[in-house]
Amino acid sequence: MSMAASTDSQVQATAANPSTHAPPPRRPRRWPWTPYLLSAPGLALFAVLLLVPLVMTFLLSLNSFSFYGGIENVWQIGNYADIIADSYFHEVFLRTFRIAAVVTLLCALFGAPEAYILRRMKSPWRGLCLLIVLGPLLISVVSRTLGWALLFGSTGLVNQGLMAMGLIATPIEFMYTETGVIIALTHVLVPFMVLSVWASLQRLDPQVENAALSLGAGPLTVMRRVVLPQIVPGILSGSIIVFALAASAFATPAIIGGRRLKVAATLAYDEFLNTLNWPLGATVAVLLLIANVVIIVGCNRLVERRYKQVFE
Amino acid sequence: MAYLVLDQLTKRFGNWTAVDNVSLTVEKGELISLLGPSGCGKTTTLQMIAGFLDADGGRVMLDGQDLLAKKPNERGLGIVFQSYALFPHMTAAENVAFGLEMRRIARADRDRMVADALKLVGLEQYGDRHPRRMSGGQQQRVALARALVIKPSLLLLDEPLSNLDAKMREEMQIELRRIQRTVGTTMILVTHDQSEAMALSDRVVVMNKGRIQQVATPQEAYDHPANAFVANFLGRTNLLPGMVGGGAGGTVITVADSVWPVAQPMAAGPGALAVRPEKIGFVDAGGLSGTVLARVFQGTQWLFEIETAAGRLMVIRQHDGSPLPAERERVMVGWRTDDMAVMPADREAA
Ligand SMILES: Nc1ncnc2c1ncn2[C@@H]1O[C@H](COP(=O)(O)OP(=O)(O)OP(=O)(O)O)[C@@H](O)[C@H]1O
Ligand SMILES: [Mg+2]
Repeated sequence: MSMAASTDSQVQATAANPSTHAPPPRRPRRWPWTPYLLSAPGLALFAVLLLVPLVMTFLLSLNSFSFYGGIENVWQIGNYADIIADSYFHEVFLRTFRIAAVVTLLCALFGAPEAYILRRMKSPWRGLCLLIVLGPLLISVVSRTLGWALLFGSTGLVNQGLMAMGLIATPIEFMYTETGVIIALTHVLVPFMVLSVWASLQRLDPQVENAALSLGAGPLTVMRRVVLPQIVPGILSGSIIVFALAASAFATPAIIGGRRLKVAATLAYDEFLNTLNWPLGATVAVLLLIANVVIIVGCNRLVERRYKQVFE
Repeated sequence: MAYLVLDQLTKRFGNWTAVDNVSLTVEKGELISLLGPSGCGKTTTLQMIAGFLDADGGRVMLDGQDLLAKKPNERGLGIVFQSYALFPHMTAAENVAFGLEMRRIARADRDRMVADALKLVGLEQYGDRHPRRMSGGQQQRVALARALVIKPSLLLLDEPLSNLDAKMREEMQIELRRIQRTVGTTMILVTHDQSEAMALSDRVVVMNKGRIQQVATPQEAYDHPANAFVANFLGRTNLLPGMVGGGAGGTVITVADSVWPVAQPMAAGPGALAVRPEKIGFVDAGGLSGTVLARVFQGTQWLFEIETAAGRLMVIRQHDGSPLPAERERVMVGWRTDDMAVMPADREAA
């Protein structure tokens, strides 16, 4: 459209040339709707697939439900009051965000060094190792999680191995425990952290590390004072992605945590499909979304304010 | 014993030899310039001295010690990187202070030294600014301050002034020269700017395709280039093909219809004669004959282009009122034998 605009003004300029008292060139007329028109298909998709279901979920969460009468089309906030009053829901939400926080921490602890080491590797190995790291993303979440379940079951490889080595007497419980869910989720989500840190490492000038070395800094000091501060934005944006995905993860907690260890996503699922209390399930979903958005936007603000000076 | 010795230093990238058997000795307190076209291996040489690239062969001795055996952070060199390599997350002052912190200099001394260094490069106002908010020239000066503040005994400067305006560049050149003179810092300076190399250096090293072509004082390299590459690279020159042979009074080189005595012993065969445009004059006899193709007035001087049997020649004459030939006139040109350099024919002459 800018092309069209410039051609317009050229035409005007040549037309105005012969006259000696040429009026000041008029700004070419712009049709103000073009940007909206161009983004219309995307906006339509967004509205139909995301906004409408979201609004409908929200409206559903305001309905009431009785065991005999089913869903009643009334508008009230009783579901929200129920959840806020009930300590069972507190526990589930607390667990969800505790798991998400620990997974985020573990992903940062493993993912950031992993990305750094990967970048340091030489050509053929780097590609291979990157593939291995990103591997979990290429495998279906269900088969990957089932693999974990097999590995971690009381007769699974890990427990059998540890017992054979005499390190433990009875099998460690991984299935239906938070530990199991955290390990599996970390495995699934660490690639996002690696990719995010990788992107910020890409912007790192290797000569900057050399400069620090030449000024007398040892390798550890270079790491702490020069490399780490520069990849913190990558770690933080990776953390936001991992946190959001961990807090709303369904398949992994469903298979490893089962019905015994519920998180917000599996709780909503159960309300929808087992209890058939759709309004309550919708309320859980809406609360999960709100909590997620609040936490992520809050963190993002913090990061932006902290690093505005350095990276713009 | 020389202070810094490069002994047959070699670096290959795949099957490309970036630095090829470079040997060089640098005395303590000397300022030596590496000159050469882009990609000739100047940065690579510095990076090997600094320890950021592993040499494929050769040795580097500093003050009698094997430098290649030391880790980069134990070499204690000051380096200005071609890409500046500032720490983007630190302010200018923090960048400059980093090396002092690593040397565990007390806070008060450190602050004073940082302030002095920033003042030296004319950035005293910019201490708390981050590199991304500085211009290229300002960043380059921070890099210079960061390397100078640790008072290294050997300073490696990879085009440290390339991004400065003429005035600032001149000031920094004087400053570098002063530090070299008063502190006795040994400096290796990489530069694209020939006049900078000529003005600053005790000796210049001309490189091409990873090899050293000549090591000499600036004047010697200019007046007596070792080969055709150096003659062409340093300033404008006329390169005339000729035949070297033994004459009655010693070795001579024959260029078209003229014969010139050769001072140094040389094998007979094809050779080349290099002579600077400003060293050529118009003579009555005993020179090379040709025709004036064009003459251009340049204010203080006249530029002539002369067609001879040995090729076209560039001649510069001062505009001092003396009579000069007109265009299309038949002329004869000559020069003092001290002002010419004779070298073997060089296929690599670029
Ligand atoms: N990491 C690398 N891998 C492969 N080739 C390289 C590498 N670094 C440099 N080279 C090659 O080595 C040669 C010398 O490079 P170097 O950077 O030393 O040139 P330079 O003389 O500093 O050039 P300039 O004046 O442009 O800075 C170049 O031809 C370059 O292509
Ligand atoms: Mg270079």
